[in-house]
Amino acid sequence: MADAHSITSSVDWRYLRRRSLNLFNLFGSALATLFSLFWLIWILWVTLSYGVSAFDLTLFVDGTPAPGSEGGLANAIVGSLIMVALATFIGTPVGIMAGTYLAEFGRKGLIPGLIRFINDILLSAPSIVIGLFVYEIVVIRVGHFSGLAGALALAIIVLPVVIRTTEEMLRLVPNTLREAALALGAPRWKVITLVAYRAALSGILTGVLLAVARIAGETAPLLFTALNNQFWSTNLVQPMANLPVTIFQFAMSPYAEWHALAWAGSLLITLGVLALSIVARMLLAKVRTEGP
Amino acid sequence: MASSDANLPAAAAELGSSYARQRLLDRSFQTATLAFASFVLLLLVGIIVSLFIGGWQALSTFGPGFLVSSAWNPVTDQFGALVPIYGTLVTSLIALLIAVPISFGIALFLTEVAPPWLRRPIGTAVELLAAIPSIIYGMWGLFVFAPIMANYVEPWLQSRFGDIAIIGALFQGAPLGIGMLPAGIILGIMIIPFVAAIMRDVFLATPRFLKESAYAVGATTWEVVWRVVVPYTRVAAVGGIFLGLGRALGETMAVTFVIGNAQRLDVSLFAPGNSIASALANEFTEAVTDMHTSALMALGLVLFMITMIVLAGAKLLLMSLEQGHGGRT
Repeated sequence: MADAHSITSSVDWRYLRRRSLNLFNLFGSALATLFSLFWLIWILWVTLSYGVSAFDLTLFVDGTPAPGSEGGLANAIVGSLIMVALATFIGTPVGIMAGTYLAEFGRKGLIPGLIRFINDILLSAPSIVIGLFVYEIVVIRVGHFSGLAGALALAIIVLPVVIRTTEEMLRLVPNTLREAALALGAPRWKVITLVAYRAALSGILTGVLLAVARIAGETAPLLFTALNNQFWSTNLVQPMANLPVTIFQFAMSPYAEWHALAWAGSLLITLGVLALSIVARMLLAKVRTEGP
Repeated sequence: MASSDANLPAAAAELGSSYARQRLLDRSFQTATLAFASFVLLLLVGIIVSLFIGGWQALSTFGPGFLVSSAWNPVTDQFGALVPIYGTLVTSLIALLIAVPISFGIALFLTEVAPPWLRRPIGTAVELLAAIPSIIYGMWGLFVFAPIMANYVEPWLQSRFGDIAIIGALFQGAPLGIGMLPAGIILGIMIIPFVAAIMRDVFLATPRFLKESAYAVGATTWEVVWRVVVPYTRVAAVGGIFLGLGRALGETMAVTFVIGNAQRLDVSLFAPGNSIASALANEFTEAVTDMHTSALMALGLVLFMITMIVLAGAKLLLMSLEQGHGGRT
């Protein structure tokens, strides 16, 4: 009897220990999640509360001011919009074509495997190195910084994102659709452009949205390519004002007015990027669960 | 009837030529897509070659010593990469120390603990950390986080650990709030979403029957994760950590704001330092001599090669799960 009693009590004790270790670690996992959300909320709150004070109409109307005077960010906003749009227009078609190759013609094999591998590396490659690359091949040749070089650097960042999502989305298109079109005698280029693209359209657009969200706040690749411009300029072959580099320069300056503008610019970028990524993620989740 | 018979060869010929034309179009379309896909390879080679050419002057002048010299003097044109390389590695290491356990916790929470309706919104919220542009982290780091570090966290660390032998050396000097430690912490927060997302995905790739077998013999949730899920997904999870490391190594703007940009080697984590990316961001447009520009290009090459090796390692480790077990990617 005594033996049986001590056995059950030692089992109880071990069971209790395992249970409490389990609870402790699961509780820790919840804390870790809260920890990461804490920073998200803190950073967003700071951006909002600091940014909102200079967030008014003049921000979108006036150009960047001289030190110590009032102004807005209009030229930087326009410059950023131009470069992001141009980069998207350059990077998207190239990315869709390359993604088409990987999904439609090169599902297996050494070369497609290599391209996929390299593309995944470029997806996470340091963006500042892309800036150096464009500086070396464009800015030095031309002799000066330009909005075009900035757009090119951003396009190189767009490219891997679009390739990746295009391939993924085309792979989600059921093969029966392709086979049905082929059985009717359609050539492959028509099957791809008229059937597969149409079926994958919303997914591919999501990839483009994600790419735009990615480059909208990119600063590093613009430092050596577009540089910045205090004045109004829509000339693509001259240095072009842009939000991220303006924020960087204003934040590093000693002037309170510039700091306020940098915060307002940060708020603007954050709102835009968050809205884009939330929309893109919702679309993507829908595509993944319901099919393209 | 007779007329249609007469037209038959003509129709067949037309069909044949249309078929040939479509064949040609097919082939050109395929070649065109291949050409654009090959552009990716060209890009990689182009980046390496152009950085090598740009950095050649510095690399040929200083030789392999460039990597281990701590000199950085634009006036006398003496350059070495040791200080920025050291800063890059130390800040990335601090980032990993923070990001790895937290990401593991998040992955555990999202796969086993959280109720299903909560998983999507929390997962998205964590991923939003990755959507915040780096420059926003920089602004917040410089104006909000650095003062808190300087006034509260660093003095506390100093009083707590400063007197202990060996590791005390890490916590010496004035608590400025600007330096390696704040930069590493911010990097850690920035790479959490990348590591956590991959850990969550590979945890989900564990076959259901493995987990259910463990539950069936009475294992607790923690035991299932620690004894079944983790061993099964270990290699791919390390791949996720490598991916986070690759991101941390090349992160530019957030680090530039808070690392202090000082070209000096200091053991203390409180001391201002420099990373490769922040040195580039700060000095490149202000470099006057050709040698200075070339040395920065060579730094860029070093950074690109390090991140490429780390990211390639990440990819190889992640592929083990795809191939070995046919799990989802």
